[in-house]
Amino acid sequence: MLELEAERTRGSAALTLMVYDVIVGGIAHRLELEKSDSGWKCQLDGKEVHVDAVLPRRDVLSLLVDGHAFEVKREQTATDLHMWVGSTRFAVEIRDPRSLRSRKGGVVDEKGPRKILAPMPGRVVRLLVAEQAEVEAGQGIVVVEAMKMQNEIKSPKKGIVKKIVAAAGVAINAGDVLAIVE
Amino acid sequence: MSGLGVDGLRMFKKILIANRGEIAVRVIRACREIGISTVAVYSEIDRAALHVRKADEAYPIGPAPASESYLRMDKILDVARRSGAEAIHPGYGFLSENAKFAKACVEAGIKFIGPTAHSMEMMGSKTRARQHMEKAGIPFVPGTARGLTSPEEAEKVAEQVGYPVMLKAAAGGGGKGMRLVHTPQELRSALESAQSEAQRSFGDSEVYIEKAIINPRHIEMQVLADEHGNTVWLGERECSIQRRHQKVLEEAPSPIVDPDMRRRMGEVAVRVAQAANYTNAGTIEFLVDQQKNFYFLEMNTRLQVEHPVTELTTGLDLVHLQIRIAAGEKLPFSQSDVTIRGHAIECRIYAEDPDNSYFPSPGKITVLLQPSGPGIRRDSGMYEGWNVPMDYDPLLAKLIGYGTDRPQAIQRLQRALYEYFVAGIKTNISLFRRILRDGDFQAGKLDTGFLDRLLTKSDPDIAARAPEPRIAAIAAGMFAVLDPTSSASSSRRNGNAADMVPACSSWKQKGRAEALR
Repeated sequence: MLELEAERTRGSAALTLMVYDVIVGGIAHRLELEKSDSGWKCQLDGKEVHVDAVLPRRDVLSLLVDGHAFEVKREQTATDLHMWVGSTRFAVEIRDPRSLRSRKGGVVDEKGPRKILAPMPGRVVRLLVAEQAEVEAGQGIVVVEAMKMQNEIKSPKKGIVKKIVAAAGVAINAGDVLAIVE
Repeated sequence: MSGLGVDGLRMFKKILIANRGEIAVRVIRACREIGISTVAVYSEIDRAALHVRKADEAYPIGPAPASESYLRMDKILDVARRSGAEAIHPGYGFLSENAKFAKACVEAGIKFIGPTAHSMEMMGSKTRARQHMEKAGIPFVPGTARGLTSPEEAEKVAEQVGYPVMLKAAAGGGGKGMRLVHTPQELRSALESAQSEAQRSFGDSEVYIEKAIINPRHIEMQVLADEHGNTVWLGERECSIQRRHQKVLEEAPSPIVDPDMRRRMGEVAVRVAQAANYTNAGTIEFLVDQQKNFYFLEMNTRLQVEHPVTELTTGLDLVHLQIRIAAGEKLPFSQSDVTIRGHAIECRIYAEDPDNSYFPSPGKITVLLQPSGPGIRRDSGMYEGWNVPMDYDPLLAKLIGYGTDRPQAIQRLQRALYEYFVAGIKTNISLFRRILRDGDFQAGKLDTGFLDRLLTKSDPDIAARAPEPRIAAIAAGMFAVLDPTSSASSSRRNGNAADMVPACSSWKQKGRAEALR
């Protein structure tokens, strides 16, 4: 039904109806936005809401919903999309229901080898375990220093340290593999 | 009041600021206000830093690591000579409490804006300071004034002062080399680890012992001394809100200090400063127990991070006064002129991730919305588009709220924190919202364990305060329609980051790419 109504040509001014599935805090909402002469016609989960929105600058939205004013900020990280309504953060996923694809990546496998990644750029200060050591979940593996702070990077699971890639004194980037625990 | 030049003195024409970040900007602003031109120094990674943009002149002093740039006395003095700077303001951290540097400045004929090397040396070691101060009749926490020579001595002293005891590194600071010991059985291993940590951190394994004061308050007194023998105190700052022994929030006045206690603390602080022949701005830190007894802890021989709360409650500009004192002027007021008015609270905005054990969070600031309005002061070293480097302290900015009284200062800060928004990196802004709405905080029930306790509590208010998620849903859609150039456009595939965010720094993308492998 939505497919029939949707008439979306991205990049042109002729868009009329946009349909999104928006997941906020694990709950999916169906959002339909239609451009009209006087602003936007909005249906949220089948219910009509009066919405007006202006983008005063990139990533900041002044949103009026039935007369209530909200300043909403958008923050994108490499992994997440967040909407900050006032000072409350919502993790949001937005998708076009007509281009659903199978989800890939991001699945955490409790079995099998796990890479321990540097959460931030820094310098390896010291190693806390040796290869082949048995470690518990949450046990410190390496110490990384950034911004004058030393931080223990911990094992995500119980297992054997298969490989230690990090070496003391070496500069690392966020996302670098420090060790592998299996 | 004696104005500039009244004493026949010449104000500096040019000052070098041997620092970076918000404090360098703070000092540059003070100089501009009083007509002094400024020289900034910067490391390779700081070329685009705010202090370089704000100064009149700026010169590179080496690679990013502080040991190769901001701690290089030779390079900084060379820039001072070549640029014709007559004085150096060291800010806090880096070389600010380095007696060798103060001495090197004197030898180079450049005025160091701070105390003399001699005063610094006297106060720099906690044990040496204690020996001097005991002579001056300053109250101390019971313990040793000297480093421990053996585990046997440690056991003896601990027995005398009574458990629990605290082991502390003589050269220490920032909580390194400190151990709380509850029983005699723990003492030996705690001593060993404190000594080795002190050796690693400060190159000096000297450790001493004190009676541990449980849940103390940390209250400090600002002093100011000119080079003509006049010393005044400017009121206390309550600094009990700490995490890992690092201050997070400070306020003036302290909720528990009354005028009589303030005067007594102030007088002790002035005695400490005078015993050290102290000049310029300094701070005397006290531990305060539950009976409001206060004990001398240490003296910080520099301008403190939290100096703005004193400025707001006294109406004085400490950096102006530091410069005038260094130029040889007399203090333009006396103790009886100092009045404390209103209440000020400072939040230290750090680049760290509250959802991930407060790990440092360097990176590019993609969005920055900053608060202003009545009673709000913001001392900041960041700007939108700036890449926060990983090489230095994570302090980004200080947000200070001022009000007629404490409740109003809290309200104004809460309002300002509501307006504050930083994206691209993580900050601890949300932590301050939590602190400020906490019942104990609002009641002024503070001690150095406050923050650890708060962080172990769950935050029951979150659900109640959250606006409806449907607003977030509508906003996400509106962003996708109105600003489709970025990842939120409908072309984004569910949760896959590979095609997202051109603004995102490469290390994050790399991190993501690794995680997906």
